[in-house]
Amino acid sequence: MSGSDVRMSAWGAVGLVAGREVNTRIRSKAFLATTGVTLLVLVAFTLVMKFLSGTGGADATVGFAGQASALEASLKATATSVGQEVETRAVGDEAQGRQQVSDGDLDALLVGDGTSVQVVVKEDLDAQLRTTLTVLAGNIELNRQIVDLGGDPGQVNQRIGQAAIDVRPIEAPRDFNGEQMVLGMVAGILIYMSLLINGQSVAQGVVEEKSSRVVELLLATIQPWQLMAGKVLGIGAVGLLQMGVIGGVGMGLALAVGALTIEVSAAVGTVIWLVVWFLLGFVAYSLVFAALAALVSRQEDVGGVIMPPLTLVILGYVLGISILPGDPGNQLVEVLSMVPLFAPMLMPMRLAMGGVPAWQAGLAVVLVVALIPVLVWLSGRVYRNAVMRSGAKVKLTDALRSA
Amino acid sequence: MGRQLEIDSVSKRYGEVVALDRMSFSVAAGEVFGFVGSNGAGKTTTMRIALGVLAADSGEVRYSGAVVDQETRRVIGYMPEERGLYPKMKVGEQLTYLARLHGLSSGQARKAVGEWTERLGVAQRVGDEVQKLSLGNQQRVQLAAALVHDPQILVLDEPFSGLDPVAVDVMSKVLLDKAADGVPVVFSSHQLDLVERLCHRVGIVRGGRMVACDTVDALRDGGGVRLVVEAPGAGVGWAEGIAGVTVREHVGARTVLELAEGADDQAVLRAALATGPVSEFRRGRQSLTELFRSVVSEEEQA
Repeated sequence: MSGSDVRMSAWGAVGLVAGREVNTRIRSKAFLATTGVTLLVLVAFTLVMKFLSGTGGADATVGFAGQASALEASLKATATSVGQEVETRAVGDEAQGRQQVSDGDLDALLVGDGTSVQVVVKEDLDAQLRTTLTVLAGNIELNRQIVDLGGDPGQVNQRIGQAAIDVRPIEAPRDFNGEQMVLGMVAGILIYMSLLINGQSVAQGVVEEKSSRVVELLLATIQPWQLMAGKVLGIGAVGLLQMGVIGGVGMGLALAVGALTIEVSAAVGTVIWLVVWFLLGFVAYSLVFAALAALVSRQEDVGGVIMPPLTLVILGYVLGISILPGDPGNQLVEVLSMVPLFAPMLMPMRLAMGGVPAWQAGLAVVLVVALIPVLVWLSGRVYRNAVMRSGAKVKLTDALRSA
Repeated sequence: MGRQLEIDSVSKRYGEVVALDRMSFSVAAGEVFGFVGSNGAGKTTTMRIALGVLAADSGEVRYSGAVVDQETRRVIGYMPEERGLYPKMKVGEQLTYLARLHGLSSGQARKAVGEWTERLGVAQRVGDEVQKLSLGNQQRVQLAAALVHDPQILVLDEPFSGLDPVAVDVMSKVLLDKAADGVPVVFSSHQLDLVERLCHRVGIVRGGRMVACDTVDALRDGGGVRLVVEAPGAGVGWAEGIAGVTVREHVGARTVLELAEGADDQAVLRAALATGPVSEFRRGRQSLTELFRSVVSEEEQA
């Protein structure tokens, strides 16, 4: 057309639509509130974790009265050898010590002349402390026998200390620990929340345009696919920003205060995987949400129409969060984490926990990436056919069929 | 013929229901075309097809001789029958966004938004959310949305519905000004007095077909000669029996008669004087409203 100087590339329109979504959403109170609250919760959670793990203190406190103090060094050494941390404290005399035991300041009080283990406790001896003390009593008796037999207990103990076992694992060990477990859970919660919030934003945005009828004005200018793509990309960008801020701040804080002691590279890896899976999950699910939302004309009907895919998101999350902490190598979760419908929720949890074979991580990504073009085609078709039909709910089969 | 908008044999059906049956008309550059018809006659469907919001089963929409495509649609100013704007978006941002979707740069868009909101009397409200505006002001914003990208074609579905008389005058002036700039303007309306006043040509649709399409003058001439007689003493049936005369309307002292070819109007005057004084005796043409009614009644008989 000769008289028109208002040409715009197809993606220029998509960019404008996406820009509007970003602009309206970033300034909305709902976005600022959810981001702020999530950050606050994450900060509180990190600090609580730090408090619980860092300043935890000794497992037990044992007091020594009189000559029993001779056992103090041996007890500490024994406790360390069985993996217990025992704090020791000398008390003035046995009476004071007994008082402290009944007050609960001491878990146990060692009395006697230091040649045998005599323990005063309030009601019962803690099982782990009993083990430590039993081993201690055994060592005392052993040393006495060695001396009786004319040996040197110091030398014997040194030799015993040098004895080591040779461990030969049949399978390579999974290298996850408690911290990574928590990291996996947090990753799962973030992805889940983000899919839920941003996915529903897409659905509500589609219906907002339909119910306010502005869609007719928009479609008189741009193509349905441009409107849909712009909306998905715009809301996705906002979600990504939110996820990046939350994930980055949370991870940075956790590393800074020492609540997380994993390597920085592993932490960065977790955040990157989180972002990748958010993007894949968001694109796949929001295409479905957009198409289904186009079938209805009222905000009240959005919830019902997007329920089936939403259930899958919730199911994936619930499976992961309930099975993985107890059984990180669960076979069902392992398989489901590669199925495109569940992968966005389950794979990032497993990846954050660590120990995922590279081929599984790769396969999950490839399958979702392969599914996305199919979803683009299907959703585009449903959206195009349904978005201009206001009034009663459009049947999905009708929207798929009619050209 | 220059830059004219042509609707050529456009048909559309929904299952068994025929919405449009070979609808054809054209609007020349600088012409205001009025599109009238009962509800459901096919006006909105035609406009939606012209904008590409609906696909036609057959037929073409052309502008300047070329089939209207996405690129052409960007230069159309459209006001849908179902008014629609983002309720929670501010007037200024919304109009800027729509202008940019039509291809304006952000600078041009801001300038155009300033001009049009000023001209349509909503400049004070650019910072308010659309949902906070009165319906009349929302309507003005809607019109601004159709005009803000300096369209080369205007397609407006019921632009006058819901407007107060001042806004009607503003809107009328805008349409005539755009036409004076050489823009083809099509609008639909049920307010036939407005159509009669503003339009160069009028198309009347019925059942998805164009049944009458001509200049306002030609359409009014088509109905034969009218006589308006005001005679307070004339009773019911005073004019019956005069050759070639049909009573169209008789309200109070006022009677509207239709004269067939060759009928003698002086005979009517004599009959009227026979009933007493005659305060008005005037020849005229049928109004658009009368023409429209007769078209609708044909529909009922059909």
